[in-house]
Amino acid sequence: MSSPSTASTPSAQLMDSRAPRTLWGDVVRRFLRHKLAVLGLALLLFLTLAILAGPLVYRVEPEYIDIMIANEKPSRDFPMGTDDLGRDSLARNLFGGRISLAVGIVAMTVSIFFGTLVGLLSGYFRRLDNPLMRFTDMMLALPSLPLLMVIIMLFRDSMRRMLGPELGIFMLVVYVIGALGWMPTARVVRGSVLSIKEKEFIEAAVCIGVRQNLILWRHILPNILSPIIVSATLGVASAILVESALSFLGLGFPPDVPTWGRLLFENKDFITYNPWLIVWPGLFISLTILSINFMGDGLRDALDPRLRL
Amino acid sequence: MSRYLIRRLLTAVPTLLAISFVIFAILDLAPGDPTGALPETIRPEVRQMIREAMGLDRPMHIKYLLWLRQFFVNEPLALLEQMLGISIGDSESRLRVTSWGSRGTPVFDLILERVPQTLWVVGLAYLVSIVIAIPVGVVSAVRQYSAFDQVGTLFSLIGYSVPTFFTGLVLIIIFSVNLNWLPSIYDTSLEVRDWDSLVEQLRQMAMPVTVLAFFQTAALVRFTRSSMLDNLSQDYVRTVRSKGFRERYIVVRHILRNSLIPVITLVALGIPTIFGGAIITEQIFRVNGLGALLISSIQVNDIPLIQTVTFIFAFLIVMFNLVADILYGLLDPRIRYS
Repeated sequence: MSSPSTASTPSAQLMDSRAPRTLWGDVVRRFLRHKLAVLGLALLLFLTLAILAGPLVYRVEPEYIDIMIANEKPSRDFPMGTDDLGRDSLARNLFGGRISLAVGIVAMTVSIFFGTLVGLLSGYFRRLDNPLMRFTDMMLALPSLPLLMVIIMLFRDSMRRMLGPELGIFMLVVYVIGALGWMPTARVVRGSVLSIKEKEFIEAAVCIGVRQNLILWRHILPNILSPIIVSATLGVASAILVESALSFLGLGFPPDVPTWGRLLFENKDFITYNPWLIVWPGLFISLTILSINFMGDGLRDALDPRLRL
Repeated sequence: MSRYLIRRLLTAVPTLLAISFVIFAILDLAPGDPTGALPETIRPEVRQMIREAMGLDRPMHIKYLLWLRQFFVNEPLALLEQMLGISIGDSESRLRVTSWGSRGTPVFDLILERVPQTLWVVGLAYLVSIVIAIPVGVVSAVRQYSAFDQVGTLFSLIGYSVPTFFTGLVLIIIFSVNLNWLPSIYDTSLEVRDWDSLVEQLRQMAMPVTVLAFFQTAALVRFTRSSMLDNLSQDYVRTVRSKGFRERYIVVRHILRNSLIPVITLVALGIPTIFGGAIITEQIFRVNGLGALLISSIQVNDIPLIQTVTFIFAFLIVMFNLVADILYGLLDPRIRYS
């Protein structure tokens, strides 16, 4: 393309001096301009790093019980204090973060998968639209927190028998949160599909005989990625929130698996002796959700093509 | 409008039926024996008789239809009788939905006992949040990017992100543990009779109401602000400005009136979700409301009670969806129902 003769003309020099702008390059530039979003991203990266790498550096067993050092205040030896059984609070918070974050990400994946599928199908195929949307409306009218509590309470024992105490509860929590959380995504995706479907390039694809499946996956799906990305980001936050709420009500993971919500539940009765035990996990949950929400706001602006800079 | 109303009401019926079936099916298909909580010493044949007496051996669709009759025919009749003090037909042999946990007490009696506590705390919190959120949202939008707006937006983001179970516990740490100003446990048996008991009631309500209102205010401020901003840049605002009205008049009489339309529908939509959200707040402060009833019924596997409370939550959601739709139509003449 760039032969020496064309490169010498002034306009071509101007072209060469600037790096080509890509779609995702623009998104990154716009995202970086959003200060709160960058702050959120940094905070989230820091928290994730601490949770993943922390236990490798801070080698204290989260389940080790030493009743002689129970209810210590934060000090040099125990940076976040110890709980009523003398278990180290920092180690438990780091370990609990892994589970909370894993639940958030996996449950978000489940709900985004279902939401995108339902949204695509009902937006693209007119015949499926009405039944699928009625179904979505019905699901939206279900009271989610009470139903989550009921389902987890009822199916906890059989899942535990099938898959073991930890994996069983994990799968149950993740799938139920996902199954009760896909509806907003489905609505947003359907709306986007309905507007993309009428665009000329889809008409052109139909005209040259592209198969329907291919149109759906290769032409429509890439064009509705931005609302999906935004709702995936916010979905992680809401899944973490729901899991914490469940654990806080004592309906989440078994007692030997600390999640942030579980730590709040366990320690809320010792609030008068050692308020620190409440402050740490609550702070972690709040910071994680706050940073994800900041990021979501930034992503929404960055991915909006109308705000092209 | 009235035709739309009738059609909308008619579509609510199948939705409610579908929801009731889902709730019924989840509880019916769940593993676990309702007689499991009875003493081990009961002989198997007696246990079987108990199961038959409870109607557990019948096929699922029969159980569902029987439950529907109990729920939609027997219960409303019983409530009518209680309210008016009359008896309609053969009310003695009409079977009511009774709780398994508290020895055959009708479920609705248990629920009616708990409703006032929930309504007091949740309803007050909701009112407080509306009263705070709308002015803050309006000022935030009118003075966009001012210091007030920045602080308000930050606070609403924080309120939106910090879970109620954490704000509640932090308030307890500060006001009950450290300062010892407010009680951390809500005393349901407190009756407001004189000035002192009123003060006591207000003191114990302060924290739960603050927690719920903080969360709700945050969401409403965000929404009011963006709705106002949408309207501020519209042509009709420029027209009103060009007529030379005072700014205050423009904001209150023109922009606010238009911006409040979506806000009011959101408020209506939010009422049932706040009942669900209050489950957590009730648990923190030991408020003896509907949420606490649901949690305790889940813990003792009291299926009729769980079914009823969950269904009432669903019923509220469907009804307030309807209310929101109707309000939207009444407030916004641009919307035509066809």
